[in-house]
Amino acid sequence: MSELFPRKQIMGFVFSLILTAAALTVYFLNMSFAKGMVVLLVTAFVQALLQLVVFMHAGETNDKWVIYGKVAFMMAIALITVFGTLLIFLWDM
Amino acid sequence: MEFFERFAIPNPSLAIYISMVAIALTMVAIVAGLTYFKKWGYLWREWLTTVDHKRIGIMYLLSALIMLFRGGVDAIMLRAQLAVPDNKLLDPQHYNEVFSTHGVIMVMFMAMPFIFAFMNFVVPLQIGARDVAFPRLNALSFWLFFFGAMLFNISFVIGGSPDAGWTSYFPLAGNEFSPSVGTNYYMLAIQISGIGTLMTGINMITTIFKMRAPGMTLMKMPMFTWATLVTNLIIVTVFPVITVALAMGTFDRLFGTHFFATSNGGMDMLWANLFWVWGHPEVYILILPAFGIYSEIISTFSGRNLYGYKSMVASMVIISALSCMVWAHHFFTMGQGAVANSFFSITTMAIAVPTGVKIFNWLFTLWKGKIRFTVPMLYSVGFIPLFVIGGVTGVMLAMSAADYQYHNTMFLVAHFHNTIIPGVVFAMLAGLTYYWPKMFGFMLNERIGKWSFWLLSIGFCLAFFPMYITGLDGQARRMYTYSEATGYGPLNMLSFIGAGVMAISFALIVYNVYYSIRYSPRNIGADPWDARSLEWATHTPIPEYNFAIEPHVASSQAFWDAKKKGHELFPGKLEKIHMPNNSGVPFIMGAIFFVWGFSMVFSLWIPAILSILAIFACMALRSFERDHGRYISVKEIEETETKLRGVN
Ligand code: HEM
Ligand SMILES: [Cu+2]
Repeated sequence: MSELFPRKQIMGFVFSLILTAAALTVYFLNMSFAKGMVVLLVTAFVQALLQLVVFMHAGETNDKWVIYGKVAFMMAIALITVFGTLLIFLWDM
Repeated sequence: MEFFERFAIPNPSLAIYISMVAIALTMVAIVAGLTYFKKWGYLWREWLTTVDHKRIGIMYLLSALIMLFRGGVDAIMLRAQLAVPDNKLLDPQHYNEVFSTHGVIMVMFMAMPFIFAFMNFVVPLQIGARDVAFPRLNALSFWLFFFGAMLFNISFVIGGSPDAGWTSYFPLAGNEFSPSVGTNYYMLAIQISGIGTLMTGINMITTIFKMRAPGMTLMKMPMFTWATLVTNLIIVTVFPVITVALAMGTFDRLFGTHFFATSNGGMDMLWANLFWVWGHPEVYILILPAFGIYSEIISTFSGRNLYGYKSMVASMVIISALSCMVWAHHFFTMGQGAVANSFFSITTMAIAVPTGVKIFNWLFTLWKGKIRFTVPMLYSVGFIPLFVIGGVTGVMLAMSAADYQYHNTMFLVAHFHNTIIPGVVFAMLAGLTYYWPKMFGFMLNERIGKWSFWLLSIGFCLAFFPMYITGLDGQARRMYTYSEATGYGPLNMLSFIGAGVMAISFALIVYNVYYSIRYSPRNIGADPWDARSLEWATHTPIPEYNFAIEPHVASSQAFWDAKKKGHELFPGKLEKIHMPNNSGVPFIMGAIFFVWGFSMVFSLWIPAILSILAIFACMALRSFERDHGRYISVKEIEETETKLRGVN
């Protein structure tokens, strides 16, 4: 019976709801801009990973390194883009 | 009345009216021809609804060639205008529209479909697959590209062409300075075909990871397949950026947002930033498949294994990562400080290293090879020295301090044409000649082909080398004329002559197609070039299922092993084959996207909303449709195989 119970999915669902609630606090609590952004960024990235792994079955085939590798590459490029842009427009303009 | 005025062109001229008539006549002729020869059914069944990667590849190829001529006519107009000082052939507005259109068409609607033509046609064959991973998605990609291109092309007869450059920098591209609908066309047409490109990216990556023949590990893939894989990784990484940037630009122009405005918290420079975050990787999206084609051709016609396979792969992977870290070299002069500029200077120069590794690998492949100077090989050998000049001037531009001098002069124009023409265009023409027999069952005439190669190379040097000099002398790009006192006249005349020679070369290529259709022998077998990889192991014409028996592979040149070393390529026996069904939905969806784009360009909200609904209806239809494909029975395969074997 316990194999039939989708434990992983239920847990994932609950956890994603928690993350959403955490993100919502930015609106309801009176945070500073910087704090709010940190909360949003962290919850957004964790949420995306959660969806990818639990609900989009990223880790379930034996070529999972391809998927994770691509995700890591994309994240690295996204970070480079963001920090590069900050360098151009904020830190060195 | 006001309603209709929007559809008029802002600056009509005789040439535009003539084009309108010509377009109308062509359309009437096509419709009449199809009806007269009763070809509507054939067109629909065999082409418009096809999901076969080979046919989709051929459709990409035809579109790319047509766009090459459209963009080529633009180019001749530009060079003619600049041929003599104070020329009045084009007025400034027309000049702006022509160079903007030329750039967009050549990059988005000529080079991109050209590389997709080869990816689609060659990759499934090279990895021994029956089709791509998502054949219907592939058809949708094509039709989105096609209708995006058509939307862009009608701009010059309905409403006016974009006139803010192919880079479409804000604030110039904003409503205030570009009031005509031209820039709307830019935003929406590129958006539509860009979505198609993104889907191709996902499709190709999945195909290459999931559908390789047994035995073909990643490090045994032919080089063109590797190039395709890396290219599509870059596509999936950077196309979302242009998608978002275009959406923001569209919002600015149509809905009054201020993302790229100079007021209300907007930032015009952010457009340039986002554009090049996509734009620089985009130039590598074009050149990597070209490198792949050169690798195939050079190894075939040197009669040797590609030298340094591993370093070839490694350099492409390094290029893919580096290409996403250099974008700011396109706007060194925008006002950021020395720290940022130095960083981007260094990353930019670093790209020259892996590129150099590839050049040396090709040279070492040629070294001690038994070289056959066929037309594809001529293009590949011509590519090496000419492209190196482009790379060297690239490194010159990469020095940010020096770039203050070069930026936005003809020197820059010479640089990128020097990389794109010998790099991408030569590769496309080489690939065209190389794969032509596999596609159509006969070879292109070699003699005429050699003539066009030499004319194109000489024309290229005449047209673009003078620009290095006038650029250093200070001739700015995108200026519609110059005075006699500047002294740019003679060199610009030389450029014009070079452009004319290139035009003759392209005309000769068309003549070659005509000549070869009439006179080329048809009994050329399946492997006319004595090639090395799997795409040549199947029959010509290729049966729809590609390989009757799944090939088994033990090296990166399985077919060569089979021919020379007794490797057994097809060890299995015939089984029934599962194939996807054709579908008209991708074509229809593409057409609806066209209507949507057109309505958005002219802010016709009701048809825009209706077409959005129709697009979602098509997607819902797909979700609920039961389509399990069909099987080709063993008997049918046997019949096809004996028939095809008879031909050879
Ligand atoms: C060694 C490799 C290369 C280096 C170091 C390099 C460097 C540069 C730099 C610094 C610029 C900006 C110059 C300026 O705006 O003042 C530039 C522009 C450009 N490059 Fe390259 N490049 C290289 C290879 C390529 C390749 C392979 C392609 C295309 C296949 C290409 C296409 C372009 C284009 C299209 C532009 C100008 C776009 C525009 O402003 O309209 N480059 N390059
Ligand atoms: Cu660049």
